[in-house]
Amino acid sequence: MQIIHILWERREFFMTCLLEHIRISLTAVVCAGVLGILLGVFISGHKKLAGVVLGVINVIYTIPSISLLGFLIPFTGIGNKTAIIALTVYGLLPIVRNTHTGLMNVDAGILEVAEGLGSDGRQILLGIRIPLALPVIISGFRNMVVMIIAMGGIASFIGAGGLGAAIYRGITTYNMTLTAAGSVLIALLALFSDWLLARIQKAVNRRYGIE
Amino acid sequence: MNKAIEIRNVSASYGDHEVLRQITLAVEKGEFLVIIGPSGCGKTTLLKMINGLVLPVEGEVLVEGERLSACDLTSLRRRIGYAVQGAKLFPHLTVEDNICYVPGLDKKLSKEDRRKLSGKMLELVELPAELAKRFPRQLSGGQKQRVGIARAMAASPDILLMDEPFGAVDEITRRALQGELLALQKKTGITIVFITHDIEEAFKLGSRILIMKDGVIWQEGKKEELLHAPRDGFVKQLIGGM
Repeated sequence: MQIIHILWERREFFMTCLLEHIRISLTAVVCAGVLGILLGVFISGHKKLAGVVLGVINVIYTIPSISLLGFLIPFTGIGNKTAIIALTVYGLLPIVRNTHTGLMNVDAGILEVAEGLGSDGRQILLGIRIPLALPVIISGFRNMVVMIIAMGGIASFIGAGGLGAAIYRGITTYNMTLTAAGSVLIALLALFSDWLLARIQKAVNRRYGIE
Repeated sequence: MNKAIEIRNVSASYGDHEVLRQITLAVEKGEFLVIIGPSGCGKTTLLKMINGLVLPVEGEVLVEGERLSACDLTSLRRRIGYAVQGAKLFPHLTVEDNICYVPGLDKKLSKEDRRKLSGKMLELVELPAELAKRFPRQLSGGQKQRVGIARAMAASPDILLMDEPFGAVDEITRRALQGELLALQKKTGITIVFITHDIEEAFKLGSRILIMKDGVIWQEGKKEELLHAPRDGFVKQLIGGM
């Protein structure tokens, strides 16, 4: 009750935070998505490189998020820019891994037939491999989106905006309701995004005859 | 120039293992050549040599007079049909899109062209036109195999390579498919190289039969020749019950 009350009472503040959170997350999602898929596609064609790239991304992933933000401050300062970079770097793991796994797990027999029928490399990649890997890529994308939105809450510790600002302010002023309200909004935003992507995933599966 | 395919002194190996040894073979235009042999004898490798999926370590392959080592493999493959066991249809494409796949590699086909082509090909493999909009997973094994043949034939190739195409379908369907394939070959005059491990199928389909063992051509000839003069116990055993 208290949470609903505070959300209503300070709706303008929360609205600003929410929009800022969406803006930061969306930017990171687009960056990590584009970069991650390109990287995943690239390493699926270079076996040796794949191990190295996935290894490096895995290591980065094990760095606690708060210290990654700290590491970045000397280079990119504080604020939204640093937050977006950190979120992008974190978001890479699920999307690169799933893109790579999806592409590598396409039935080799189907790829051989595609080649035997006279497809060139680009036609095999764009016409066969990527569409067949798409369900796996999209589920990696969903993971990434949820993670970025959730982690976006920490970004305000380095002066970025977003719902983390509400949480942070709540903590520093002993206002638990404020912290809870910020957290609930982040959770709702993550759940809503995931639901939206699940619907897209379903539509894609239907389009490609998978059910 | 009557040779559709010429294979000259071809050898191939996977790592240290030699799969084909000094194979020489010519296939006439319009011939229905069946290659038979136990698994691991190199028959699939030999077939893949013809469309360049496997390249020889020595020797030379010529398709319609063109050296594979000196031509554009991609465009050559578009002129050679290829059908394999289990059909391996593209699961994310409808039957129509599967059939139009090869012609669509060169140029974008209009909706009308796709409809016409898939209709024509479905008729050729004796499938109802309403299957065009279905996905492969909605088809039976026999239907998939027919679509696989339709896809291989859609660009009107002069040569059709088939790797145990009827291996994964039931006996009744297989007989029907064999009959249709013979009729289809008569109608189009296409050159077919067909792999099987079933001697009955080989005798039924092949105008010439090639028996392979351990990477070499063990014996070749028409059905009668093999029945009357088998080279040795291996061939006798292979054609045993016939």
